[in-house]
Amino acid sequence: MRYIPHTPQDIKDMLKTIGLDSVDDLFKSIPSELKLKADLKVPPPLAEVELKQLMAEMAERNINLTEGINFIGAGAYYHYVPSVIAALIQRGEFLTAYTPYQPEVSQGTLQSIFEFQTMMSELTGMEVANASHYDLSTACAEALMMAQRINSKKKALVARSLHPQYREVIKTYFQNQNLNIIEIPFAKNGAIDLDFIYDNLDDDVSAVMVQSPNFFGVVEDMIAVGKKVKEKPALFINVTAESLAYSVLTSPGEAGADIAVGEGMSLGLGPNYGGPYLGIFATQQKYIRSMPGRLVGQTTDKNGERGYVLTFATREQHIRREKATSNICTNQSLCALMCSIYLSLMGPEGLKKLALLNMHRLRRLEELIKIKNSAALTFNAPKFNETVIELTVPAKEAVIHLLKDRIFSGVDLATYYPELDKHLLVCTTEMVSGLDVEVFVEKLARYL
Amino acid sequence: MIHQPENLKYTREHEWLSMDGLTAYVGLTSYAAEQLGDIVHIDLPQPQDEFAKEESFGTVESVKSVSDAYMPVTAKILLINDKLAENPGMINEDPYGDGWIIQIEIKDPAEVENLMSFEQYQTYLSEEH
Amino acid sequence: MSENTVYQKSKKGRMGYSFDTYEVDHMTSTDFLPENLVRKTEARLPELSEFDVVRHYTRLSKKNYSIDTHFYPLGSCTMKYNPRINEETAAQKGFSQTHPMQYQYTVQGNLCLIYELGEALKQITGMDGVSLQPCAGAHGELTGLLMIRACLTDRGNPRKKIITPDSAHGTNPASAAMCGYGIVSIKTGEDGFIDPAEVQRVMNEDCAGIMITNPSTLGIFEKNIKKIADIVHAKGGLVYMDGANLNAVVGQISMADLGVDCLHINLHKTFSTPHGGGGPGAGPVVVNNVLEPYLPVPVISKDKYGRYFADYNREKTIGRMRVFLGNFAILVRAYTYIRELGLDGIKKVSKMAVLNANYIRARLKDHYQLKYDSPSLHEVVFSDATLKGTNVKTIDVAKRIIDYGFHPPTVYFPIIVPGAIMIEPTETESKETIDDFCDAMIKIAAEIKNNPEKIIRAPETTCISRLDEVKAVKEPVLRERF
Repeated sequence: MRYIPHTPQDIKDMLKTIGLDSVDDLFKSIPSELKLKADLKVPPPLAEVELKQLMAEMAERNINLTEGINFIGAGAYYHYVPSVIAALIQRGEFLTAYTPYQPEVSQGTLQSIFEFQTMMSELTGMEVANASHYDLSTACAEALMMAQRINSKKKALVARSLHPQYREVIKTYFQNQNLNIIEIPFAKNGAIDLDFIYDNLDDDVSAVMVQSPNFFGVVEDMIAVGKKVKEKPALFINVTAESLAYSVLTSPGEAGADIAVGEGMSLGLGPNYGGPYLGIFATQQKYIRSMPGRLVGQTTDKNGERGYVLTFATREQHIRREKATSNICTNQSLCALMCSIYLSLMGPEGLKKLALLNMHRLRRLEELIKIKNSAALTFNAPKFNETVIELTVPAKEAVIHLLKDRIFSGVDLATYYPELDKHLLVCTTEMVSGLDVEVFVEKLARYL
Repeated sequence: MIHQPENLKYTREHEWLSMDGLTAYVGLTSYAAEQLGDIVHIDLPQPQDEFAKEESFGTVESVKSVSDAYMPVTAKILLINDKLAENPGMINEDPYGDGWIIQIEIKDPAEVENLMSFEQYQTYLSEEH
Repeated sequence: MSENTVYQKSKKGRMGYSFDTYEVDHMTSTDFLPENLVRKTEARLPELSEFDVVRHYTRLSKKNYSIDTHFYPLGSCTMKYNPRINEETAAQKGFSQTHPMQYQYTVQGNLCLIYELGEALKQITGMDGVSLQPCAGAHGELTGLLMIRACLTDRGNPRKKIITPDSAHGTNPASAAMCGYGIVSIKTGEDGFIDPAEVQRVMNEDCAGIMITNPSTLGIFEKNIKKIADIVHAKGGLVYMDGANLNAVVGQISMADLGVDCLHINLHKTFSTPHGGGGPGAGPVVVNNVLEPYLPVPVISKDKYGRYFADYNREKTIGRMRVFLGNFAILVRAYTYIRELGLDGIKKVSKMAVLNANYIRARLKDHYQLKYDSPSLHEVVFSDATLKGTNVKTIDVAKRIIDYGFHPPTVYFPIIVPGAIMIEPTETESKETIDDFCDAMIKIAAEIKNNPEKIIRAPETTCISRLDEVKAVKEPVLRERF
């Protein structure tokens, strides 16, 4: 086994120092009746050449996005990832380091997280951002728990246009907690039903959670939502699944959010079949002690040198145990680093231009759909890089049909919204060209 | 206001209590403050809140620990030391003076008699450690 | 010396990424969106050339210790070598460039991998069902406890509390609290084992069961685990095992034989996926038949034609634990590792890990004191008893180890060992490395007596000396100020 360095002589010498005769004696503390009687059914070891072949064959059983034209978004946005990112995060000093509990030998990781926190605080327009969560779905659940910790209220208004899988995760997390979750419907134009919020926001509401751009790609009027929520004790939680949109849309801070959570996978991570991703979590200074997750702070050493440490640790499970603000014991350090590198490369101009390009593509797509007139745009509110189109057949059939031309045409909404049974959620990033959009609309029209 | 340690009553959880009629001040002993290290945050109840004897009425945090502060006797909170919110390190600097934590109204004076005297507390400390 | 931040290195007008923007060069946000939806204050992001970015992050990386560069004897963390082939297989376009919402017959390779990794983990633990959704150990704990609660609810009473030993990792009580359970903490016995009599005493119809780490955080095999499981089961409870220390026993025992109903596995420990400075990891959960119906959806299954599919049709499921199917790129690494090792490799892992830990114990036991004398498996825990009467604390010893070129062990955990120093070498370290480490520890033991000032000043070889953590809380600076 190439990962284990022990020679027979080493083993002999070490056993001698220990005072045992055989390696099996090391396991004497395990009662014999509990030891395995029969061997595990695990396949035999593979040499590197065979292993690589096996894994290549497995990967080739997929059709990957580079082999076609992709219009799927829905919480996993396909953006270009610059080569620099992989090169830098493959450095062993980042890749194989542990959680930076010992600051003197972890300044690299700590400073990179501090810079990440700064960038997230800037993107969200919030005062403080933490070192990150597993992903946005779990960050949404944690944000609702944080709100309850702050105001102890028993109701939450959650947008039905929040990613359906995030809503499922929230339901899972809260199945044993006392929180009555009320779904805010979406209006005919695809945006949130503001009147519903007006009618249902009372003094018992802990939090109002709205996603923008919402699951249908519609940009919400978050300032209007924020203003309304501010009239009551409830907290306003701003959710952003497509984090590229931070560069052009009203920031959560501008909208008066108390908590902002986002999915950072758009910013340099790549699709990776759904993970690992990056949960962005930001709030205002006054709520720090109720915030879950790891935080890095700047301080000085005894010589006055600037340095970074994990801080406000008394909120966390290793100290406060059952009274902790969360059971989370990690962050997505390496993913946060990828995101920081990406944003450093893009800068404010690059990010904004990219966002415009994404919107430009969507505008083209919507124009063509209108011209072709074989499918219809479902919602007419302003959108970012995603939209819903209504077909004349079940969306799943169209998805399967267009796959023949290696077009990944979007997400069939029937599973998530029974009333949208012939509807397709379509996303345009910079990874599709103007021509790709034309081809897609043409093929779709021909099929319908 | 400086409380003389010799005149105070003590709990096993290292709180002190200084009684004046039915009202009393409560704080942490210098021993407790030293064990905690630099105190950086304190969570306190609201005036008028009531607590049973030995019930936790708040938490005291250093950089790497959180400790409950326990009510020495059944009581109602009259005052909290507002200055601690700004400067919790006062508990380290002056545990028997400006580092007092709460002022209470004692419900049952008999409970006070069960607390340790200064001498008993000194003995308790030497036995415990 | 401190490194300037990426913001301090920024200069207006630089950019490190190139793409064709001619289509939107003369456009602005309001060409697409009404004014009231548009951001007013621009997010300040750094502006650098690509090379600036490469140099900045490369320089930062140099300020880290890592497994690649240093021995990392962190107890309970299993910091083993992270094979490079795993990185390569996970980076293949066929995996990395697939979308989680792709039609499932276009991602049969991915689903096959998830299925096969699940089968391997079931086999390795002797359990009946698996979910690869959990993103980390703590997330796995929450998943397991939600299943236990759902099962007990089905039986008529979810119960109120759960038993955890005082040696447990902090995530155990924290996860239980998120699941709505109170904690019954039981004391570890004098010999370092959980006493079945103690479990018997507290286990009742109010208790949902027990969370037990085995081998324990003391590195000791809970020899009475089967007895404890029987006690818990007899009272209608269930047994959750924290599998953080699986590396010590992988290939040696079956968790099903121990009476365990559910456990999580840290792929970033036993199965070699990189820690990445604190994540991402993965914490799959395996369960027996009692809990199998409650697994999170979707469960990845195989149909009669051999096609893999995501099964949502599960009546008793606790629901979804996260969006999509899990930290897939981590799963690819773990699967690659398991196939590399095979059966023989897996058995050798635990053997050599335990050999290394016991060798350290043998070499250091005359210089540092063991709180519990019971036999060690994969890690050994010393107390601070030898520091008594000096002004040196465990943290000082940890910092001094850095000066000798090693990452410090885990310190002050488990909390039941005063000033704990917890050392886990893993199987991938050689005798020479371990000897060097032990020599350093022995030298430090002498310094404690002869030159304590040297230890208290440590570390002296790092880019920065000990940091003021009180200031970090009292005057919080959690982001850069401009």
